[in-house]
This record gives sequence, C-alpha cells and structure tokens, in this order.
Amino acid sequence: MNNVSVLAAEVVSSGETAAFWVLGPIALAGAIGMVLSSNAIHSALWLVLTMLSLGGFYFVQQAPFLGAVQIIVYTGAIMILFLFVLMLVGRDYSDSIVETLRGQRLAAILLGIGFAGLVGGLIADATSGVESVGLAEINADGGNVPAIARLLFTDYLLAFELTSALLITAAVGAMILAHIEREPGSRPGQKEQSISRVTGPRPQTLTGPGVFARGNSVAAPALLPDGSTAEDSRATGMEMRRPPAIASGSIDDLDDVTVDSGANRDGVPQ
Amino acid sequence: MTGHPSAAADSPTLADFGTDVWWIIVIKVVGIFALLVGLTLFAILFERKVVGRMQQRIGPNRVGPGGALQSLADGLKLAFKEDIMPALADKPIYFLAPVIAAVPAFLAFSVIPIGPIVSIFGERTPLQLTDLPVGVLIVLACSAMGIYGIVLAGWASGSTYPLLGSLRSAAQMISYEIAMGLSIVAVFLYAGTMSTSGIVAAQETGGEVSAFGLTFDGPGWYAVVLPVSFIIYCIAVVGETNRAPFDLPEAESELVGGFHTEYSSLKFALFFLAEYINMVTVSALAATMFLGGWRAPWPISIWDGANSGWWPMLWFVGKVILGLFVFVWLRGTLPRMRYDQFMRFGWKVLVPVALLWILVVATMRVLSREYDFSAGDIALYVGIPVFALVMAAVWLWPSKVPDTVENSRKEGVPPTTPGAFPTPPLDLVVPPSPALVKKDTVKREAVGAGKRSGGTRA
Repeated sequence: MNNVSVLAAEVVSSGETAAFWVLGPIALAGAIGMVLSSNAIHSALWLVLTMLSLGGFYFVQQAPFLGAVQIIVYTGAIMILFLFVLMLVGRDYSDSIVETLRGQRLAAILLGIGFAGLVGGLIADATSGVESVGLAEINADGGNVPAIARLLFTDYLLAFELTSALLITAAVGAMILAHIEREPGSRPGQKEQSISRVTGPRPQTLTGPGVFARGNSVAAPALLPDGSTAEDSRATGMEMRRPPAIASGSIDDLDDVTVDSGANRDGVPQ
Repeated sequence: MTGHPSAAADSPTLADFGTDVWWIIVIKVVGIFALLVGLTLFAILFERKVVGRMQQRIGPNRVGPGGALQSLADGLKLAFKEDIMPALADKPIYFLAPVIAAVPAFLAFSVIPIGPIVSIFGERTPLQLTDLPVGVLIVLACSAMGIYGIVLAGWASGSTYPLLGSLRSAAQMISYEIAMGLSIVAVFLYAGTMSTSGIVAAQETGGEVSAFGLTFDGPGWYAVVLPVSFIIYCIAVVGETNRAPFDLPEAESELVGGFHTEYSSLKFALFFLAEYINMVTVSALAATMFLGGWRAPWPISIWDGANSGWWPMLWFVGKVILGLFVFVWLRGTLPRMRYDQFMRFGWKVLVPVALLWILVVATMRVLSREYDFSAGDIALYVGIPVFALVMAAVWLWPSKVPDTVENSRKEGVPPTTPGAFPTPPLDLVVPPSPALVKKDTVKREAVGAGKRSGGTRA
C-alpha cells in the first residue's frame, strides 16, 4: 500500500494522505494483533479491525460501494460467522504456544519477511512506470455504482457468473454434506408428540420422587392417592430406600399408619 | 405528493453535500445527537404509556407532568447503580461491547435526510449530515457493526445464558439482515440511486396516470408502489432490532436477560440506548425509503409551503413516531416466536419471497422502459388486480381440517373418573363464576367442613 500512495502522490489530496496515515497503522496493528494474540476470539477481532480499515481505504479512494460492501459482507457477515464458530469452541480455548518443531518460529518469521519483500518488490517494480488515470475519470460516467455494475455485467460477466456458480456449488455441497436424510414420518414432530401426549394415558408430567410421601428424599418414591407407590416416580438408577408399608387402602388408612413409623424412615437419611 | 414549483429547488441532490462550513457540520452533528437522545427518551416513555393503555393500565404517571420525566428518572437511576464486572469476564471485550453496540447506532443516522435545504444562520444547507452515492448501504454497514456489540457482550460475560443469547443474536441478525437487504433492492431499482436524498426525491410523485379517461398523479410512496418490499422490510427490521416478537437474544422467559444478563449500570444503559436508537433509525429509514421521507403526506401536501423550510422535519418526526408506535403495538400484541420457527420463517419465507419480488420488479422495470409505463400505471394495472387476486385467494382458501386433536381424542379417550386426582378430567367443566358462588357460600362451607372432618387429615 505504501507504494501505491507514493505513486499516486500527484493525485492524492491532503485529506486522503491524512486518512492513509491514520488507517494504515490501524490496519497493520490489526494484522499483527491477529497473528500474535493467542485467544482465537481476540484474533478474529483484530482481523475485524483490519477489514474495517480496508473498508475505510476504499471510501477514501473514491470507491464507496466497495467500501460499504467490504464492511457489510466481510466484517458484517463473514467475520460474525467466524465468531459464531469460535464461540462454540469454548471461551477458554487458546492456542498452545509450545514450539513442536525446533526453530520453526524463527524460520517462519524470516521466510515471511522474505516473501513479503519479494511480493512487495515485484509489485513496486511492475507498477512503478504506470501512469495513474485517476478515479474521477472512471467514476465520471454516472458515478461509482453504475461504473462497477457496467464492468461486472459487460467485460467481466463470465468471471462474475462463474464466481456465483462456484459459491452456489460450495453452499449446496456444504448442505448435502451436513444434511441427514430422515424417512418422512419416521420421527414424530412437535404436533404429533403433543397430540399423543394429551390423548395418551398420562397428559401430565411424571410425578417427581417424594411427592405426597412423608419425605423429600430422591429415594422416596411418590405415593398415589390410594397410598400405593407411583412406580414411574422412581428415579432411574436409584435404589429406593424402602418400599412403602401400605400397598392398598384409602388415604385415611395411609395417614393412620405412616404418621409415626413411616415418616422418620422415609424422610431422614440414615 | 403533488409537486409544487419550489419543491425542486429545496430538494437536495448529491452535489449539495460536502460543501458545508465546519460550524454547520458541528451544528448538524450535535443536532442529530440531541434528536436521537431526545427520541430515545421519548420512545421509552411512549412505549410504556402505549403498552400500558393496551393492557388497560395508565402507565407511568408519577414523575413530572403526566409522567413525562419518567425516562429521565430511569436513566439517572441506572447511572447510579453498581457497575459489576463478572469474575469470568473477558475484561477488554466486556468493556468494549456496549460501546461497539452504541456507536454504530448513532453513526447510521448521519445519512438519514431529515428535511430539505434550509437556511441556518444564512447558510443554505440540506437537513442531513451527509449523503453518499451508497447512502443506504451505510445504514446497513452500521447495523452490521452493531451486531458485534451484542455478540461480543454475550461471549465476554463468561456465563451460559449470555453466550446462548449472543449465539442466537449472531444467527438471527445475519439472517434477517439478508431479508432486509433484499427488500431494499427493489427500492434501488425504482429510485435508480442508493443515496437517501435521491430516494426521497424519487418519491415526490408517481407520474401521471390516466385511467378510464381520468388523469391524476399516481402514488409516489414506495410503500404503495412496492408493497411486498415494504412488508418484508417491516418484518425484517423487527428481527434486526431484537424487538418483540423476535426478541430471542434477550428472551427473559428462556435466557434470563440474554446477552445483557451480566451487564448493569451505564454499560446496560448503553445497550438500552442502542436498542432504542436502532428502532428510531430503522423507522427513519422506513420513512425515507417507503413513506416519502420528509415530504408531507397527502392532505397536508396540498398546502404549498408543506415541503419547504423547517416544516418537513415535523412530518419526518411524525413518520418516525408512527414507526415506533408499530414497534410498540407489535410488542403489546404478539407472543414471542419459537427460535426454530423464527429462523425457518426468515430463510424459507422472507428470503425467497424477497428474491421472487425482485425478479417481478425487475421484469416490470424492463417492461415499463420498453413500453413506457409509469409507476402509477403499473400500480393501477398490475398492482390492484394482483392485490384483488391475493385477497380473493385468502378469502376463499379452504380452512383447515377442523382440529385433529378433537378427532384423535374420540379414538382413545382414557377412562376418567369425574374429579379424579391428580389428573384433571378431560371432560373438565368450566367452574361457575365466583360471583354466583358467593351467594351460597354458607352452604358450601358447611359441605367443605364436613368433608374435612371426615378426612382425618392430621
């Protein structure tokens, strides 16, 4: 980007220069922060900062449509999806900073700098003699948006359509890979479940253990109005403390018997 | 909507922006800030009052004349509450999230046209901070950035409910932003521009329509010309602003407070502010894109001075308040949707309908260019018959098979003894009104006492 700004210095206004020197360091800081932070979410946020400044660059360089789209699509949609996935990973997840290959980090830094120098040098060499036309000329005919639209739908129509076909293929492929085929009707829907519950023998929820018993322990099964044990109130995997003394009889009988003996044994853990 | 001679002179174009003196810009920035904060304070009170009326209550009426200062009192109270930082919070992001939510909310309003060109201390300037060839996209970009505030707030809080709220919010706002963006495309096609001031100017008149020997001005508002876009926009922005019935990121019956569960004091106030400003902004955008912007509605527009000077600001604020009322109305009327139904609705109904509608609108545009129809002609010859067809279809659509629950009940009704415990009988009879019961209380009490004494229940 440095090269570009130096090259275009003749047509660059002072405001644009100021914007460049504000946004440039921010974009760079975002990029460095993204590489250096060990927390994946922080990393993603630094990248958001870089993309926002790139959007700002587009605005400054008289391409407001590209700038807005950069912010809406990249920072607004794609990075949010990144965050979405990263959040599912868990908030305490951080990269391990242990070097598995000795000297790897140093080699990566050296090679990275070398690669950047190579690419930068090539671009500088390739663009050094190019006369900048100036965006005013391109944007003159109806403005920025129609100019881009005209290019997209005339000169670059094939590339544009191929890109959209590629994206659609990717989306459909992802859906096919992630889709689980179920026989229609093999799983009852919410409506069927609701109907079968209301019309079934038990519309209400299962009785919890301890309901109407003389104790509130999980091990005390619920008693039915006639004093018998509610079998489905038994907690799974739990050995019941004691089957109730009464298997039949009215609630009156139940009270008479359990008032002195049952209460202590059921309720108080021993 | 009838254009009068001076309207064109007052109507700003893109060339009118970017030429202001610095102190005019300062005045506009401060003015927009004041307008937004004022509208927020108003909206909070307005919402409580209107919801109160809808629920047969009066609403707040203690602070100030008729309760007018209630929002201020609430704001002061909020500011003095204890600021809590959860132990597990990711501190920098927890701190930044409310700011990220609030700043784009303010920014979005910078491209909303509030009025025509007016004179401020002798300087002629449009009543709009700035405009760009891509004005409406700025609003979309700001709402896209606002999502970060909510998503990060939930994540940084370091607890489960906020995280669930923020995940919901991320999925929901992206989905509904797509529907919202697609609904706006038709407006761009018709207006031929994305700048907000240009869209307002394009709605000045719908052109001459001649039907059955009569010639009159067609409708200019895009809410009339593009009704499907308007409806999709209205639904999508409710999801976009997290308002009931789409307030799933903060569903209090499921997620305690959703993304802002762990927030208190001024940080919570910022979220609150952002939500209300977002409501104001989307209402303002609806007014700008579909309801003629600052232009006066029909009966007022007959008056020649209605669309010049400072009057249009009044019409604009009126339209915004109308939008706010619809938000409150929805909240007072509709129950919250289930999350999966909500997402299905967004992706399987709103987005396809919006795409189809764009196709239809594009076809109409081509036809009108080829055969020289005006927007009003199309509304008359296509819109009204289609509308009639849709209404007829809705009217004549066979109603559902009556109640499958009833049918299946007949098959397998479980044996019930009347009054069996604890299962209420399926043939439950509605108990008589308490007023009737009161008359023979004495008799009933006697019966009750008798039962109890026989029951020997300790």
